[in-house]
Amino acid sequence: MTVLPTQQLVDHLFRHESGKMVAVLTRIFGMHNLEMVEDVVQESFLKAMQFWKFDNMPDNPAAWLMQTARNKAIDIIRREQYFHKYSAELSGQLLADTEATVGQFFSEAEISDSQLRLIFACCHPQLKEEDQVALTLKTVSGFGPSEIARALVTTESTIQKRLYRAKEYIREHQLQMEIPAGYELNKRLETVYVVLYLLFNEGYNSLKADELIRKDVCAEAMRLCLLLTESKAGNKPATFALLSLMCLQASRFDSRLDEDNTIVLLEKQDRSKWDMRLIQLGYKYLNFSSSGDTLSIYHIESAIAAEHCMAATYEETNWKRMLQLYDMLLLQKPAPVVKLNRAVVLMQTGEVNAAIDMVWKIEEIEKLLASQHIYSAVLGEMYKQKGNFTEAQKLFRQSLQLVTSLPEKKLLETKIAACISRLK
Amino acid sequence: MKNFMFIFSRTSDSKDLSPEEMQSNMQEWFAWVDKLKAAGAYVSGEALLPGGKTVKGKGLVTDGPFADSKEAVGGYFIVKAKSIEDAADMAKGCPDMPIGGIVEVREVMVFE
Repeated sequence: MTVLPTQQLVDHLFRHESGKMVAVLTRIFGMHNLEMVEDVVQESFLKAMQFWKFDNMPDNPAAWLMQTARNKAIDIIRREQYFHKYSAELSGQLLADTEATVGQFFSEAEISDSQLRLIFACCHPQLKEEDQVALTLKTVSGFGPSEIARALVTTESTIQKRLYRAKEYIREHQLQMEIPAGYELNKRLETVYVVLYLLFNEGYNSLKADELIRKDVCAEAMRLCLLLTESKAGNKPATFALLSLMCLQASRFDSRLDEDNTIVLLEKQDRSKWDMRLIQLGYKYLNFSSSGDTLSIYHIESAIAAEHCMAATYEETNWKRMLQLYDMLLLQKPAPVVKLNRAVVLMQTGEVNAAIDMVWKIEEIEKLLASQHIYSAVLGEMYKQKGNFTEAQKLFRQSLQLVTSLPEKKLLETKIAACISRLK
Repeated sequence: MKNFMFIFSRTSDSKDLSPEEMQSNMQEWFAWVDKLKAAGAYVSGEALLPGGKTVKGKGLVTDGPFADSKEAVGGYFIVKAKSIEDAADMAKGCPDMPIGGIVEVREVMVFE
């Protein structure tokens, strides 16, 4: 007896098809019917499950799903039209027109366009940032509420609340699935970038979530960004810069934790483990991003990430160039975390005292030290470099109070132990 | 070898499964069916549409066999096994078990 090869579905096929189906159906029924659309999509999947289980997988599962969604859409419209019954002649004509129009929305080009419109709608500037992220993951990316909760390290009911709030807002304010033009487009793209980068960072940085879901979220942010670069509205230098930044960051994904789940800092990472394929992609997109005369924060941040990738060792990093890049970034984004990072670069150029000075000059630094672990951890490191182990230890301990993930705790404990041994 | 029928129904619906969860359940079904085929146990199977009619007494036709459609039979397999115990063991591999699936195992009667 020969063993038949297992029928395989493409990875994440259902998730991606869900996003496409929601996008097309929302285009047909309107954003205010999002809830109904999600039900229709879910029903299509349930129908697939019910049928495919019994040795009936279709040759083209994606097309089967789309066809099912399309038939359901036409059914709904037919039902509604029956409700407003006109003469048989007009009804027949209306239905034929409807079927033709609905059919058009299911063409490959229109599906991509609808997905783009859905991304723009989910990133509507009037929605709260956390709601934008949850809504994008749910509708565009086909994540379930429990998966979103796992990725964002929160509870499922919190996610349900965010989704509900976003949908309420959309309904009440009649948000449309439109792609703005001209100045409005650039403004909207800014929000889309912020949401996609936030999405990426949720996956990249939240060490509390399990690795699988984090990688999925990063990959999803990159997929949506790529989709954006392929569209007429989103094909801009800044989009390529953002995609480049994501590729370069993602190349280090696997090197940041060792076998014991301890964080490996950039300086200690095994650079041969960085994903060369992603680095090359990152360079390629960075190259694409240099057309035009805009210099977005993503351009600069990507250039910074590229500097790291180009250095053979941490010591060989071009810190002078880094400092210039951070100065450029500060002009556009004078955020505390950028200042903190610039101070780290200063320390690397040997200017430890200037670095410490710079950290203390960050506005409301006392508050930040007391609330965000990264500030006390970095400042502690600076005092350690300076040889002030008492101060360093104090700051590391403060940081330890604030971290929640195990890898980060381990790292700080190692540092505190190192300080203690130097104080003896 | 005797023929057995697996009759699939469920205690809860899969309404809250995410696309990823549904896909992985689907993948498990493909693998299970492949395994049964490789063992020479799988004969055939069909899915049943929900709803349907029940005919009783003097031709009284009512809608559906169950008030609650989620409990309806979703489909069946015909499999080959040595005994009802072996068939029941085989049914334990049904991927719907963790999500409220039920498999009724019945021996196909043969007139000898």
